[in-house]
Amino acid sequence: MKLKAENISFKYPSAKNYLLKDVNLELDNKKVIGLIGDSGSGKSTLCKILSGYITKYEGSVTFDGQPLPKKGFKPVQLIYQHPEKVMNPKWKMKQVLEESWDVPDDVLEEFGIQKSWLTRFPQELSGGELQRFSVVRSLNPNTKFLIADEMTTMLDAITQVQILDSVLKVVKKRNMGFLLVSHDMPLVETICDEKIYFKDISGV
Amino acid sequence: MEKVLDVENVSISFIQYTKGLNQRDLKVISDLTLDISEGEILAVLGSSGSGKSLLAHAIFGILPENANLNGKIKYKGKELSQEDKEEIRGKDIVLVPQSVNFLDPLMKISDQAIGHTESDEERKAKKLKQREIFEHYNLGPEVDEMYPFQLSGGMARRVLVSTALLSDPKLVVADEPTPGLDEKTVQETLNHFKHMKEDGIGVLLITHDIHAALEVADRIGIFYSGYVIEIALKEDFSGDGENLLHPYTKALYKALPANGFELVKGHQPLHGEIPKGCPYYNRCEWRMDRCKEERPELLELGKKRVRCFKYEEGVEDET
Repeated sequence: MKLKAENISFKYPSAKNYLLKDVNLELDNKKVIGLIGDSGSGKSTLCKILSGYITKYEGSVTFDGQPLPKKGFKPVQLIYQHPEKVMNPKWKMKQVLEESWDVPDDVLEEFGIQKSWLTRFPQELSGGELQRFSVVRSLNPNTKFLIADEMTTMLDAITQVQILDSVLKVVKKRNMGFLLVSHDMPLVETICDEKIYFKDISGV
Repeated sequence: MEKVLDVENVSISFIQYTKGLNQRDLKVISDLTLDISEGEILAVLGSSGSGKSLLAHAIFGILPENANLNGKIKYKGKELSQEDKEEIRGKDIVLVPQSVNFLDPLMKISDQAIGHTESDEERKAKKLKQREIFEHYNLGPEVDEMYPFQLSGGMARRVLVSTALLSDPKLVVADEPTPGLDEKTVQETLNHFKHMKEDGIGVLLITHDIHAALEVADRIGIFYSGYVIEIALKEDFSGDGENLLHPYTKALYKALPANGFELVKGHQPLHGEIPKGCPYYNRCEWRMDRCKEERPELLELGKKRVRCFKYEEGVEDET
């Protein structure tokens, strides 16, 4: 199972210069890869392209030899830094989860989600608690590849270990691909099998 | 060194409507105690959403209407009333806000840095001072005429810092000054605080970023479920964390990727679900029977503070 980006170039409509130029990247589900780069360098844009959020770009992204589906569930799921920005503020957490899949109790437990949190609204939970939901929501059985874009940057060190530990267990068990995007070198050194420096691949 | 700020047993709660006309009193900060001396940087470290920004709002008297503030906030030993806060804010105590969003988008930088003036002379004097400080922070004359949207992240940070310093403050409160900045700008921002310290200014740094706190702070207050549970010296965050006192602080230190990435179970109790006794009771490896029912007070141990019964007899030598 390979997530492959070929000759990706991208610039925002209002920008003069390309943010990404001829990026080539091949990721598989055998290793945990870390992507390291400064903020504002275009890492997040690349993540959005790899997961199918941005569709207007030059080049091609394929997963398992196929282009990313335009409709329906996306096999490549992206988790952001700010979970409060990706949840409907008028839904209770139960509904937020059910939007993706029917999460079994043992998964909730593994991620330390308390039953009492399910009846709360997003703004009634802290960043760490919300990020647990965000991760669990993305672990739909149809998910084959997970991209974590500064997923734990806003969290305290203990919550960071808890969430990453649980994610890596699931990734291993389900044979999923995992890309960790971070600027935190010690973190990447700790959990990734291989690292890629963004400046080496961005082409600008 | 004279103390600039004392925060004593501050609690903040909000009145919320639950269903219909039922109200509840939601406690967000239960007991916050800390002090800052001249030329000292104290960091308050808490996770996002823990309510630590409310501390800054309480000091400046800008809490919302439905908030209830209890406890004492003292400036140079004198307790501050709401009127006092309004009088000295922006003069003796200033805020470095979180982001450029706190600037007026329709006002030129120089004009908003100077603020309201009574006369032309005052304006000219302030303008000179503003230019001088801006220059010191490497902001050229062209910046005076810019609007906020024209500033880069690093420039905006320098504008916020130098604007805060215009009134020769004795205390600077910085609310999350580092997120969303690249490594270089973070370093630059932290250096600004080091310079303030050298000038004898007290700095209260409110942050979730343990690396930033360790980089500049003299002491670090750990905020847990609405309580300050420990105030540790920066030097204590070294080795195996053996000099840290509270079990949570030790766990936090050991969970850093560079210090072992150790897993600890459990989560901070939510506002409104905090147990009767010690807020850390459910996760604590040292818990005793009394911890369940009784809430430990913040003990004073020299420059350090800890909220744990284990240290009632002082700090034992653990070797």
